[in-house]
Amino acid sequence: MTQERPARPHPAPAEAPSALTEEGQALSALLAQALAVFKPAMDAALDEVVVTVERDVLPQAALALRDDPRLSFDYMMCLSVVDYEDRFEVVYHLRSLEKGSRFALKVSLPYDDPRIPSLIGVWPGADWYEREGHDLFGVVFEGHPNLAPLLLYEGFEGYPGRKSYPINDYQEW
Amino acid sequence: MAVKPGNMTPVKWDPKRDHKLNIPLLPGGWETPQALPGGNRPASNLLQKSGVPGVITAKADQLFAMARSASLWPLTFGLACCAIEMISTYMAHHDLDRFGVVTWPSPRQSDVMIVAGTVVKKMAPPIKLLYEQMPDPKWIIAMGSCATNGGPYYRSYSVVMGVDHIIPVDVYVPGCPPRPEALMEGILRLQEKIKQDARRK
Repeated sequence: MTQERPARPHPAPAEAPSALTEEGQALSALLAQALAVFKPAMDAALDEVVVTVERDVLPQAALALRDDPRLSFDYMMCLSVVDYEDRFEVVYHLRSLEKGSRFALKVSLPYDDPRIPSLIGVWPGADWYEREGHDLFGVVFEGHPNLAPLLLYEGFEGYPGRKSYPINDYQEW
Repeated sequence: MAVKPGNMTPVKWDPKRDHKLNIPLLPGGWETPQALPGGNRPASNLLQKSGVPGVITAKADQLFAMARSASLWPLTFGLACCAIEMISTYMAHHDLDRFGVVTWPSPRQSDVMIVAGTVVKKMAPPIKLLYEQMPDPKWIIAMGSCATNGGPYYRSYSVVMGVDHIIPVDVYVPGCPPRPEALMEGILRLQEKIKQDARRK
């Protein structure tokens, strides 16, 4: 037995804030001050602070982010690799369990030479994320003790995360 | 849209008709009155064969098949979200113990492998190994569209297009994921298949 129902009211979606909140601005200023020696490029995406550094200074910057008592980013939530077809971007999503703050640390890599120092010594949780990035995108995390395939089987050819991967060519198994 | 009562023909319980002592003996054997298309199943031909209640004449293969189909032990083995439906089928609400289905955490004593979930190429060699470790006779149920033909991951770079590419499958259960009732139907179909295969021997 179905009854005529009134049309469901569609609530207007909340608009995402286009600028940093006050806490975000404070974090951005603090990060710019603490990472000044590494010449970071400060940016913001919606309400999240985005910091871009060069890959040569990445291990030192990561150590500073982890050990600076004002920051204490002791938890690497996620590592993602983005294929922009002219470059790769490795994004570290960092969080401070003590301060409750979070931001995204980005490193840009040339497409022909996707090498980046491994951060497994800074955050041991980066282990499987870096293996996944190596599996799917071919990014070489230098210094990783074991870059064996994690998700793909032995003998897989190509990097299926890249946009240049022929996704419709099924490799018979 | 109201359902008119005249469209439905409810089946009333009639003790004179449905009580087992009053079932008319038909030439083909015992006919269950409520065995209708889409309704209850007809009784097994094995029970109908002798025509006398309580007496079974059968080959040994058929008796073994009856025993095997009534004590199917599936391997405790799940791959993806279908495994959640499989677990809920084992649990108390849809109780698979009624059919003699008891999960067993070793392939050495298992009869059935329910492939519940996406078969990725990295998982395919362990699945084949588990299949080879199971003793004969053994049966495979492909649960869900992923195990049937790849499902939503059809032609993906990492997914085998159906578990029948690596091991033989007896029963395919459609759905994404199948409801517990669908898996129970698949198990009942497998029981019928076991008995029918023994009859053809």
